[in-house]
Amino acid sequence: MSDTPNRWRRFADWDDRPLRLDKFAAEDPANGFSAFHSPADPKPGVTIAKGRVTVLDGVDECDFDMIDRFIASYHLDPAMVPEAMAMPSADLARMLVDMTVPRETLVRLAHGLTPAKLADVVGRLNALEIAFAYSKMRARKTPGNQAHVTNAKDDPLQLAADAAIAVGLGFDEVETTMRVARNAWSNAVACAVGAAVGRWGTLFQCSSEEAEELQIGMAGFTSYAETVSVYGTEKSFVDGDDTPWSKAFLAAAYASRGIKMRCTSGAGSELLMGFHEAKSLLYLEARCLCLQRGMGVQGTQNGGIDGAPVTATVPGGMRELMAENLLAVWLDLECASGNDARATESEIRVGAKIMPYLIAGSDLICSGMGSILKYDNSFNPSLINGEELEDYLVLQRDFEADGGLTPVAEGRALDLRSRGIEALAAVYDELGLATATAAMKASVLVASGSDETDSFTPRDVALISEAIKARGITVIEVIKALAARGFREEAENLLNVVKLRVSGDYLQTSAVVRGGKVVSAINDPNDYQGPGSGYRVTEERRQELNSIRDVLTQREVLRSEAMHEREAARLISYHEAGEASPGGDPAEVVIGISPAFGVKLFQTTAGHKLSDVLAEMSAAIRARGLKPRVVRFRHTADTSFLGLSAARLSGSGVGIGLQAKGTAVIHQKDRLPHHNLELFSNAPITRLDHYRGLAANAAAYALGEMPEPVVVPTRGEAMGSRFHARVAMIYAIETEMTSEGAAPVEVNISFKGGPHAAG
Amino acid sequence: MLLGKADYPVAEKHPDRVRGARGKALSEITLDAVIAGEVTIEDLRITPAALRDQAEISAAAGRPMLAQNFLRAAELVAVPQDLVMQAYELLRPGRAKSRPELEVLAARFRTEFAAEGIARFIEEAAVVYEERGLFTKRF
Repeated sequence: MSDTPNRWRRFADWDDRPLRLDKFAAEDPANGFSAFHSPADPKPGVTIAKGRVTVLDGVDECDFDMIDRFIASYHLDPAMVPEAMAMPSADLARMLVDMTVPRETLVRLAHGLTPAKLADVVGRLNALEIAFAYSKMRARKTPGNQAHVTNAKDDPLQLAADAAIAVGLGFDEVETTMRVARNAWSNAVACAVGAAVGRWGTLFQCSSEEAEELQIGMAGFTSYAETVSVYGTEKSFVDGDDTPWSKAFLAAAYASRGIKMRCTSGAGSELLMGFHEAKSLLYLEARCLCLQRGMGVQGTQNGGIDGAPVTATVPGGMRELMAENLLAVWLDLECASGNDARATESEIRVGAKIMPYLIAGSDLICSGMGSILKYDNSFNPSLINGEELEDYLVLQRDFEADGGLTPVAEGRALDLRSRGIEALAAVYDELGLATATAAMKASVLVASGSDETDSFTPRDVALISEAIKARGITVIEVIKALAARGFREEAENLLNVVKLRVSGDYLQTSAVVRGGKVVSAINDPNDYQGPGSGYRVTEERRQELNSIRDVLTQREVLRSEAMHEREAARLISYHEAGEASPGGDPAEVVIGISPAFGVKLFQTTAGHKLSDVLAEMSAAIRARGLKPRVVRFRHTADTSFLGLSAARLSGSGVGIGLQAKGTAVIHQKDRLPHHNLELFSNAPITRLDHYRGLAANAAAYALGEMPEPVVVPTRGEAMGSRFHARVAMIYAIETEMTSEGAAPVEVNISFKGGPHAAG
Repeated sequence: MLLGKADYPVAEKHPDRVRGARGKALSEITLDAVIAGEVTIEDLRITPAALRDQAEISAAAGRPMLAQNFLRAAELVAVPQDLVMQAYELLRPGRAKSRPELEVLAARFRTEFAAEGIARFIEEAAVVYEERGLFTKRF
């Protein structure tokens, strides 16, 4: 709290929120801080002479930099340019959100559109329109997701266990990297083995230095690559130690080894590298994406990626990230749509960032999601991490949106981890690489993160990794080792993934493996044309999305109440003594209880025994020299009417209404039903001393006093989210027991044993 | 006849067309064969023919640039890993010191591996690198 006198202290409260850890940058196009528009952005335009591009977005051929040259030669289709460039940007923008314009029409036109034109078009869409257009334009119909699997120690046992969990959760791809560069081979083997647990088809990559990554792929341990970065300015490209030709050559090299590949780009990389040419983020990314289409890669990982945090500091930055993903799919590229590098400390900004993608779907919604804890993520924390993964599972259920994941039950999770650990330990032992002790394995099995493990150290791993590389171990030896040690299913699964490269079917755009089959933009094309078309969650898939843990049912509620029934019978008995009639004693205060009170329900939502509540109230009334009288009402379960009915029977004219769930009211006989004297509406935070105070006040009113009302303090808890499902089920039990016109019943209470026995 | 979208996935629609680098059919690449030592990593390599099939399918699906990439890849299948990595390295900025250095590399792809598309791609890079001053020394 600030001591500054002339400051509204709300600002001090806001200072303490995680949001204020985020830094925001002023819009400043000259210095590269502009999402959509900069004075330095060129006007769209192309000149074609004799079938070749001679002017591109205002730059003459003689002044082309490498990127202009590559886009002019490989992206722009001279046959398509005149038609496409002649279309007003506003018309193209409308076509993107017009569900009756087929995706193919727009994809064809994109072959003739320049980076400046593409950026101009998508910049005209608001965030909702971008999300909608993205949903329509993405290449593969079925959405998917990618996980990061890494840990702070490069511990292979934990990698195997966490990869098995990622597969169990349904991730289509798993990406790993290392803390120590030398550990790449061990990490790759560990994740490949872990990802073979449970089912086959999860594609796997190990992000490392370009040459080594390709070697690891050739040894069969990885099935895709995505860290082939491209940039939107020539100086950034050269600073990144590549050219469009070197990267395009690498793309062909991956395909020649049967390995799936996508490029990486994203807003903010040029800004971070210091060579932004004062251009807007979106324009530079449009250049990157045209380049990628020209290179002939099947897909891209974009949406800021490492530049997402700096992009999010700029006005409109989040909208820009969406817009560049839209450009990717418009250019017919598979899109692993970012949502990885954590761009904010604010959980609200995290939730807002992921929502459009969850609803619109994406080839790979995150690229990737941290399936491990934040501190274990060797790429840096993701937008959503192991800590928050369940929130994401619930969002899927909330919006009936397929985010690519399926909840894993606790028992199943342990089984998967155990299998992954045992399989990897067997492989390392069989190949003479290392022997994991039972204690090591046990520590990893239950560990949430590497802080809790007592396993291989980074140095141990370096020795293992170098041995794998030096001995030229390939996936064949690993498959044999798995089979030799009885992990035949995992051996088959791993072999199946490597076999994918023989046909190369999974090299096509947006390919993943589902149910043992390659599914891509070719055999599962996005055919969205309005409601009822495109991807729809089937009833079977909906049930999977719904299968989060700890879901309440009325049976569950009744079972938990039944557990308290026997205990209640030991503490209290309710003797029903005929119909209750109005009392004449001005010293009595009637406590009106609800139909199921002590019959089917035995504790308040705060967990207080109903016998204790009654005992406290009775004692408080007696303490003022008055007499408590308990009456059960059966015509209503409503608190106000319980209170009013009690007041009308009460000789003092003051009564208390008390529901089994703990909601309580003080009423007076001549008042309107909902015009009570005092009300406890938040039963879950109402304590026994509150009930005692309430009853004491009822007695005070009966004595003609004007007491200080009892206030149950709330700290703003979301009572509804915590309790309403249970409350609604409990209340249904009460209302089922009501019957219209049923007479009130006099109840004689006796407390048996315990501190209130004498009450 | 060219393959089209209906021929995809090739492994399902035309399993007979799919062979490993040593001619093994997919049905012969089994776990038991691996255990028996009959399958090596060579059998799990893609072939130029498979890449050309995929190129036909991408072209039919309206993705001519992806098809071109698969055709360049088909030319690289037979190129040993060391040379692939050496060529990649030389294409990076400042590695080659002059245009002829890249032209020699291109000629090697053309003559030794009949990799005409790759050769032309490298020659094109050589021209652009010269224009953009990428042969200058980098530290």
